Amino acid sequence: MAWFVFPFDNLVCMCLGISITVWFTLLLVFIIVPAILGVSFGIRRLYMKTLLVIFEWATLRMERGAKEKNHHLYKPYSNGIIAKEPSSLEQEIHELRGSANSLRSEPEFEMADIFYFCRRGVESIVDDEVTKRFSAQELESWNLLTRSNYNFRHISVRLSALWGLGVLIRYGFLLPLRLTLAVTGVGLLLVLTTMVGFLPNGETYLSEKVHLICYRICVRALTAIITYHNRENKPKNGGICVANHTTPIDVIILANDGCYSMVGQVHGGLMGIIQRAMVKSSPHIWFERSEVKDRHHVAKRLGDHVADKTKQPILIFPEGTCINNTSVMMFKKGSFEIGCTVYPVAIKYDPRFGDAFWNSSKFGIVNYLLRMMSSWAIVCSVWYLPPMNREEGEDAVQFANRVKAAIAAQGGLVDLLWDGGLKRAKVKDAFKEEQQKLYIDFLNRRSTSL
Amino acid sequence: MKISPAHIIRLYDRFEFLDKEGSGQLRLEDFAEVKELAMNPIGDRIIGAFFSPGQETVDFPSFVRILAHFRPTDKNRAKDSTQPEPVNSRTSKLKFAFQLYDQDRDGKISRAELLQVLREMLGMQVTEEQLESIADRAIQEADLDRDDAISFEEFRKSLEKVNIEHKMSIRFLR
Repeated sequence: MAWFVFPFDNLVCMCLGISITVWFTLLLVFIIVPAILGVSFGIRRLYMKTLLVIFEWATLRMERGAKEKNHHLYKPYSNGIIAKEPSSLEQEIHELRGSANSLRSEPEFEMADIFYFCRRGVESIVDDEVTKRFSAQELESWNLLTRSNYNFRHISVRLSALWGLGVLIRYGFLLPLRLTLAVTGVGLLLVLTTMVGFLPNGETYLSEKVHLICYRICVRALTAIITYHNRENKPKNGGICVANHTTPIDVIILANDGCYSMVGQVHGGLMGIIQRAMVKSSPHIWFERSEVKDRHHVAKRLGDHVADKTKQPILIFPEGTCINNTSVMMFKKGSFEIGCTVYPVAIKYDPRFGDAFWNSSKFGIVNYLLRMMSSWAIVCSVWYLPPMNREEGEDAVQFANRVKAAIAAQGGLVDLLWDGGLKRAKVKDAFKEEQQKLYIDFLNRRSTSL
Repeated sequence: MKISPAHIIRLYDRFEFLDKEGSGQLRLEDFAEVKELAMNPIGDRIIGAFFSPGQETVDFPSFVRILAHFRPTDKNRAKDSTQPEPVNSRTSKLKFAFQLYDQDRDGKISRAELLQVLREMLGMQVTEEQLESIADRAIQEADLDRDDAISFEEFRKSLEKVNIEHKMSIRFLR
């Protein structure tokens, strides 16, 4: 019976061989070569438009299904689930008391005042401004990813079939494709930067090209569809580029369009190898763990870098942590003290195609990257804002807030004063004292005005 | 306005989100994680309202039951004395607020308990003498039977004119 198996075996091997060749040729022609040359066939945009049509159809079907069964469709609320009146302490307590009038010389307290604090407290238990920035944003329509859907009961057979097809495509085709690309991209980065490192110092043209090629491949590895606006404002040498932080992928998104010097801690493992390779061909700033605590040392290294006009602009994320792309949190003032030109950049992800936010308390980095690579696509807009300089009489904190407001306005994000560090830290007592102060000021004003 | 199943799902999401250990129960620490609550002067008191005496955890039904106090009052409810008082009626809301003051649950707000609340609401912004005189005056105004404490009925009477139904209600978005 042995001779029976051989032709069949041969056939299988031949088929496998051909398909792998075809696969790699397609990869090369449609993805890697355009990445090297910096051109685009427009395939990704067509893909994006098709997906949008499918998502809208899916959402309509779900709504129809829910109506037929006379159920309430669970609508995720991106603005919070309760109606919060934006009135001040003064307004609310005034309304609470009605028109009580009396002549007192001391602060006038009323038993009813407690209702204001009580309601505010319970409101924040149900829905608060800060904590919801640290979890993924919810979508209005369904994008065929199980992770973002609560209306399972309303899915018809056709919709389930579509979803099943979606899973097959994403995990069976897109994920392997993207993994191959990612490995190629990173591998090329390591090899080419090391090679460029052997060339004489000051060789910037080739190293820029090498970086750009590898980042372009990585962008295709994530199927990232990026729209750059106002490219005339792109960061120039001798400046610092600041952007809002949503995910580690931000770096790839920005580096796809320009060359920056990265700033960060030295890591071990694969990340460390990549860091060391990158440094061979262009000046990145990597800090040892111990050096990070020394603020003067950090400031000096950054300052030296920007003073050298031949060096690329530095890329910094002043929030210090990943926020879920609905808001911008407090900017740490360190980068704004250096005294050079700041180039603000706003990055806004379109959540319909895949949620880019990295919730580091929920997912590790590998898990996160796998989720990214099995989403439909990562669609985002990048706005380069006009450069800003610190003005006379403005301190670093005010400057930082000014830049933050500009970024928030451009990206359509909420500008919050809260510190992103609150993700992990406790609220300081100073905040409570502020509330107490507001209350006593109000009481004093009431008594003196009568 | 009724609470729909969708609202309950939303509340459960929030409950799960607050339940960092995934134990199905909320502990004091979970409430303390809410940043805006930490800056509320009576934040700890409000957290305490969720826990029944002697309990150290709050399960989801209890969580919702406490929040139900804040549902807008149904103005058209016929006053039927045979039915139990709905949890979001004016009286129930008043009772909830009363218990925020009356921590030892003896049915009266003593001078000491009132001072305690004032201390929390005003902190370091006033002197101890000022606190005492504020407390004195508040008791004087409300205490009708001159027992130097405020009973629930006296509390209710002193708040006759206050629009509690509106101020102690949280409206869900549709």
